[in-house]
Formats: sequence, structure tokens, C-alpha cells
Amino acid sequence: MASADVLVLGGGTVGAAIAYGLARRGAAVTVLDGADDDARAARANFGLVWSQSKGVGAPWYQRWTLDSLERWPGFAAELAELTGIDLHYRRNGGLTYCLGDAEFDARRTQMERLRIQGGLPEDHARMLDRAELQSLLGRVRLGDRVTGAGLCPIDGHVDPLRLLKALHAALLRNGGTVQAATPARTIRFKGGSFTVDTPRGRFEAPRLVIAAGNGASALAEQVGLHVPIQPQRGQILVTERLQPMLPMAASGLRQSEEGTVLIGATKEDAGMDRGTVLAHAAPMAARAIATIPALREARLVRNWAGLRILTPDGNPVYAESPQFPGAMLATCHSGVTLAAVHAFDLAEAWAPGRLPDRFAPFHHRRFNVPQAA
Amino acid sequence: MFRKLPDPPRHDRVTVHVDGHAVTVSAGDTAAAAVLASGLPYSRTTTVSGSPRAPYCMMGVCFECLMIVDGDPSRQGCQVIVRDGMRIERQLGGRELLS
Amino acid sequence: MTDVYDLVIIGGGPAGLAAAVQASELDLRTVLIDEQPAPGGQIYRSVERAERDGLAARLGPNYQRGASLAGAFRACGADYEAGCQVWQAEAAQGGPGQPPRQWTVHFTRDGQSRSVRGRHLLLASGAQERPVPIRGWTLPGVMTVGAAQLLLKSSRMLPEEPVWIAGSGPLPLLYASQLLSLGGRLAGYIDTTPRGRWRAALPHLPGALANAPYLAKGIMLRWTLLRSGVEIQHAEEIEARGTGRLEAVRFRTARGIREEPARVLLLHEGVIPNAHAAMALGCAQRWDEGQQAFRPETDEWAASSVDGLSVAGDAAGIGGARVAEVGGRIAALGAAHRLGRIGEASRDALSMPLRRERGRHARIRPFLDALFRPNRSVLVPPDDVLACRCEEVTVGGIRQAVSLGAVGPNQVKSYTRCGMGPCQGRQCAPTLAQVIADSTGQPVADVGYPRIRPPLKPITLGELATLAGEGAA
Repeated sequence: MASADVLVLGGGTVGAAIAYGLARRGAAVTVLDGADDDARAARANFGLVWSQSKGVGAPWYQRWTLDSLERWPGFAAELAELTGIDLHYRRNGGLTYCLGDAEFDARRTQMERLRIQGGLPEDHARMLDRAELQSLLGRVRLGDRVTGAGLCPIDGHVDPLRLLKALHAALLRNGGTVQAATPARTIRFKGGSFTVDTPRGRFEAPRLVIAAGNGASALAEQVGLHVPIQPQRGQILVTERLQPMLPMAASGLRQSEEGTVLIGATKEDAGMDRGTVLAHAAPMAARAIATIPALREARLVRNWAGLRILTPDGNPVYAESPQFPGAMLATCHSGVTLAAVHAFDLAEAWAPGRLPDRFAPFHHRRFNVPQAA
Repeated sequence: MFRKLPDPPRHDRVTVHVDGHAVTVSAGDTAAAAVLASGLPYSRTTTVSGSPRAPYCMMGVCFECLMIVDGDPSRQGCQVIVRDGMRIERQLGGRELLS
Repeated sequence: MTDVYDLVIIGGGPAGLAAAVQASELDLRTVLIDEQPAPGGQIYRSVERAERDGLAARLGPNYQRGASLAGAFRACGADYEAGCQVWQAEAAQGGPGQPPRQWTVHFTRDGQSRSVRGRHLLLASGAQERPVPIRGWTLPGVMTVGAAQLLLKSSRMLPEEPVWIAGSGPLPLLYASQLLSLGGRLAGYIDTTPRGRWRAALPHLPGALANAPYLAKGIMLRWTLLRSGVEIQHAEEIEARGTGRLEAVRFRTARGIREEPARVLLLHEGVIPNAHAAMALGCAQRWDEGQQAFRPETDEWAASSVDGLSVAGDAAGIGGARVAEVGGRIAALGAAHRLGRIGEASRDALSMPLRRERGRHARIRPFLDALFRPNRSVLVPPDDVLACRCEEVTVGGIRQAVSLGAVGPNQVKSYTRCGMGPCQGRQCAPTLAQVIADSTGQPVADVGYPRIRPPLKPITLGELATLAGEGAA
């Protein structure tokens, strides 16, 4: 039986960020990762590092997101220095394109609501009209139906695959280990320690983080945490490599450092089915072309689907087991945006003992409180 | 890189333009074959490092013969049958999409 | 288009053509969709034209056989969509009383996308040459032997000298003799068949003797080469050298390293199933140790693990053109039975002579597999060799990703971009699987290929958007 200070169940972006955060503070961390072809949001996501539209009605989540954006430049630099991997992180602003007046008005209303909710300054985010947006894009022509865009200057994007690779490499650098294809099956608690059985042996540690994405609910049940999690399918399209044409990332449309253009993402209720469906992919392509008509000529190289990990309100859950001290569940569908606070703030807060009270809003007990009318 | 065998009798010839140079090939030939017959040393450069490439498999599985055919980029040249007057351009690096 | 075909066949080589003929004989409404402008696939490429202009006779009777098969297909009454690239097939469940599935197959021609629907789908996508990752294999001037032969069949083209062939298997010998008989010249022929393979193949020789004419042909081809003064030598560590284009070929013989000027270097290390579409559609795969390749699992009627989907011919496992032809007919019988168009008894009766014929043609295969099993360095190349031509990922890059804990092909693909380019892994997945297996000590069978994503061919976003329907764009 292998033992460690902390076992992290799940080696995706959430699990690897927390594991790295704990390891860099000196803990002996072992990540028990799933099988190669498991549903992995970490390998299927879009790569935005993003605050726009996050945390409507949940100021604690909005704050947490903004904290992460603040940490991101240092976080990316630290990982690059430690691993030699450039994450392709660009914090040069993020757009939400609007087609038609209704979308423009709705975006403006939401943006203003978030700004007031967060007590943020006037220049935190703003709406660009069509002319401003066109001048920002330079020679790339906007589609006729584009009315403008929301712009948040601190938003940006990253290569999520490089992020995942760097987190794993950085964890190894800090003495951690990753057990590939070693999914946790059963968790037991005895004599102040957790024992986790896997198809590849038994692992033991006094502390435990459950970060297994859509597989987290079943594991959390075993330590007395009842958190409903639903998969939501998101399809993404990616084109061949093109010359740089999109100066900043947008919700559902970004160009990678390699030159590929990513278009996403659908929101489908399809259970654990990761198949792609043309009926849902085609409208995405149509919208991208309506936004930037030149994309009509771009060749689609790949269409894939990933499964988002959604809690009932879509916001993160960090919760400790009431019966078994030392076990924490961490789940969210913004593992990329929140990677910096997961590695820094969450790891720092949880490392010495129990989660401090300021994490109380993230507890899933919020789902059981009837909403005031 | 390749040369044509002598044409059989009653043979239909077509002229295509490879990077502006007229090349005479046979009806039924592929655009990739036309580039190989043109004498140009390569048919594209990669989007990653700019390294020169030429057709490798001629059966549609290697994607090394991506070229611009009558203005339509990233076509598999080995799967495109020539037409008289066809404009074939070598595809150098990633394309620029503007309009 | 509201019509629904009984059978949609993808691929116009021997398996697909024969399947169409058999299906039409059974009155199945059939459509065959193929990339090529004329029937024949790769093995019988441009055979109708070559037959007309006299080239076919000079390429030999095995090639000429394709002309009669193409003729039978033309006459069989099946619909034919030529010059079309299939980019996606999707299955929908049928309604009550319907066959369990209905397929929609999307294909593009000249930038216009269309689709057909069918109750049963048959993949007859043939074979592709095994990737031959050596140093310098991306240099212009380096291509496969098959590519050069296709240029001969379809465009009457010969490589410019000096020409070198380096490889193993029947095809390089056949092409070399065709090249010489048409007035071409070979600077040298490098046989990469590892020493000792004859010993390994010997136990299979009695079976192979059932295909004695085939064996005799191989010996004759070799003799043709020797008689024409072409130097045949056993060598390894083949390397293509040059700046910006091929300038020389370097190799190691028993007597040391040689380097010779070369304009064209033709490589070949056998063929493997072109199972890309079958994998993309989720067919279960099986590792074929003898052929060192994955192939779709199929039952005795060519049915795959996916309901309503069959795979026939070399796409389901390498057997050669004659085996593929019979396999296509058997697949059509299986499909007709599944669709309720023939009873079990008549299906079985019709298949009996076909199975006997297939058995005869297949008997040489174990011998060929053992004799031409590729050299290990072809399967697991040195670290500095490019495994992924599209994204320019080296073998060493794959090993480095493995060292970070990525022990499966999907994670390695994520970490390296190996297989993310336009070819979608067709050229690198075999190497990826072998290198991961070698680095981790797992069997290749357990490593597998990364998930194949649609589209099967890169269509434009504009074409995809046309499926979004009214008012979407």
C-alpha cells in the first residue's frame, strides 16, 4: 500500500491545480487519475480565462473568479518557469459578440448588473458598438448582423492542454506523483486515515481531495457528501491553422496561438454520451460565419464533445465531509479560469486544516435552502 | 520530380496553371500530379515550421498535397481532377482569411 | 432527398464494387460513394482508362482483372457517386417496425455538400500503406511506392532519376519491374526485410504453396530486377538527406554506411487497414499481431460491432484484392439478410462457394505476414524522427509526454498535438501506439489509438453551416 499526505482523486485541471498547490506548499501528494479515454473536461474545454457572465446572483463566485484572473499572470509565469511550458496565456481582453439588437441589449444589461453587484469601476467592462468593434478587428470584416460586443479587458485565454500538461509536470517537479489509469473505486476511513482502493492497488493518506469531475458525486457519497452533479455536453469545432486574424478571444470564438480557430460550445443534455451531432454542430458554424464571414472558407479539422460538470446552480462547490475530517470535494465547470485560485488560494486555505469560513458560500448546503421569492 | 510517359493516340490534353506557369497534363490527371510534373521542388510549406512538403501518399491519407485550387484553399491535390485552365497554387504556410 | 437506400457503400475498390454487384443481384437499392472519379479503388486505379489506352496490358493481368470488375459494377444498376469525399456518417434509430437504424452519409464534391440515407452502411475503404517514419521522410522527393504506382496508373508518370526504392513486401518488387518495363531506371533497390525473416516464414510455406502462382511471380519479379542489372542490397537505417528536398539516400549495409545521390526515394513497409472511418464510427478494434495493425472486429458476415455497419475488404484486415472482392460479396449477403431481404438458408448457400474461394486466396497470407513483418525501427523509430508529419511531433516528444504520466494515446495527443493535424492521425497513430507501448512496457493492443473525431475529411465551415437550416446564418 502506497501512502502520501494527500490523495487527490482526479487528475484533470481542477485536481491537478489543487494537487500542485498542495505540493508546492510541501505536502506529499499522490494523484489517482482516471483511464485514458474517460470523459475528461480537461481535454475537451475551450480555454477561456474569463469573468464575463460568471457569478450572476452569486457575488462570492464573481469575486472568486476575479481573484483568479488577478493571480493568473503570476500563476502562468510560475508554471512556465518551473516546467519550461509556455501556456499561451494571453490576458488581452475578451469579447462577447452580439448578433442583433436584442442580444446587445441583454448583454449590456447583464454586464451592468454584474458590475454593480461586484462594486466594480466603470471601466471594468463595457459595450463596444459595431464601429468600435470593427476597428478593433482591423481588416477582418464583421458580419452584417453583428451589433457590437461586450468587452472585458482583464479576460483572456490559454491553451487548456498546455495548462494540464504544465500542472502535471509542475506537480512532479514538486515531488508529487500521478498514478495514471488508477481510478478510485472505494473510499474507507479508519484510524484517522483514508484508504482508497483502485484497480491498481490500494492507496492511503490522512487527507483526501475529490476532484473527479462527473465521477465525483459517487465518490463524495462515500464520505457523506451528497452533491448532485449533472453532465452537460458541449461540442467544439476547430479549424486548420490560419494566419492570426482574431486579435482577442471571445465567448465561443477564439484563435489559438497555433492559428487554429475554436468555435464553441453547445449546451446539450445528453447524459454521458460524448458523441458529436451535426444537428447541433452546424448552427455553431453558422453563427461563427454570421459573426466573421471569412470563416466560411476555413476548413474544419475536428469536432469533439466534452461533458461539463454542472452543479444545480452551475457554481463551484468546495465542501468538507462532516463525518470524515480531512476529505474535501472540489467541483466546478470553470477549472481553467479558476486554476490559479485552486493552486494558490484554495490549497493555501485548506492545507493547514479545515476550510475557513469565507468558503461557506461554496458549500452545497445552498441547494437545500428554499429561495426567497 | 516526375515525367510523363509518351502520350497514347487520341489523348486528351489539358493545360493548367501551377503558380502561374502553364503545365500540360492529361485529362483525368490530378492536381497533385500536375504539380509533380511542373518541375517545382515542393507543393506546400507547413503551418508549423514552414518546412517544404510534396505529395507523399497520392491516395488521400497523408494531407501533404494541400493546395489552392481555383482559389479554394486546403484542397487535397491528389483528389482533385484537373480541368482545362485550372489555377493551382502552392499553399505556403497558414492561409490568411480576410474578406 | 427523401429516398432511403437499402445499402450505402463507401469505397469503390474490389470489396465495394463486388458488394454493389452482389447487392444489386439481390435487388437491394444500392449506392456506392467513392473519392475516385472512376471505379477501381487504389489497386485498380484508373483501370478503365488504362485498359483503353493500352497501359493496363503492360501493367499485368492482375491489374487488368479490375477492368472486368469495373464493367460488372457499371452494369449492375447501383447508383454511383464518384469523386465524392465522405466527411461524416450519422446513425439514427428507426421507428417501430423499421430496421433498427438509418444512416445519413454526408459527402462533398467540389465544395458542395450532399447526403444520402440508407438502412445499412458498408465501409470498403481499403488499405493504406504503413507509415515509414525514417529520418528525412518529409523531404520533397520522398514518397511511398504506392504513390509512385498510382502516378503511373492514373497519370502515366515515372519518377525522375536517380530513383531509389527502399522497402519490403510484394509491392516494391512489382512496381520496380513495371517501372523498368516502361523504360524507367532504378539507381538501386534496398531490401529492408530483416535478415532471418525467411526462417520465421518457412513454417507457413506449405500453406502458401496453395498460392504457388503468386509465389512464383514473386521469384520472377526478383529475377527480372537482377537481370536488368539493378543492384539489390539488404540494408537498414535508411535515411533521406537533403536541404529543402531529397538529395541523397543513406543506409547501412553489412559492409558499412553508404550514401548515394537520389532525386526520388520510394518507401514501402506493407499495407495496413484504412480503418479511419470505422474507428470514427466507433467500431471495436482488434490488434492483429501478425500484421502489426489494428483492424475492426467483424463477424463472418463482415458485420462490425456497430449495428447496421459492416466493414469489408482490406479495411477489415489485409487480404489483398481477391480476398477483398469475395469479402465484399459476403458482406452484401450479410446486409441483405439483416434487412430481411433473403433468408438464412439462401444467404448461407450463396456464401458457400465464396468462402471456398476466399480460403484459397487467403492461404498465402500467414507466409507473407511472417516474411514481411516490418523491422522494429519502422514501428518504433529513433527519437529524432518525426512521428506526426502534420503537427511535426517527434518520437522523442511522445516519449517525453509519456514521462509526464501520459500513458494513453489520448493524453499523449493532448500533450503533444500528435494527430491533431489535417490527417487526423492516419499517418501517426500507428507510431504513436507503438512508441507508447515501447515506453511504458504495455502491449500495443492495450494502448490503442486515440479517439478519431469527425469530420472524416476537412470540410469548410461554410459547408457545415448549410446543414443548420433556414435562418441560421
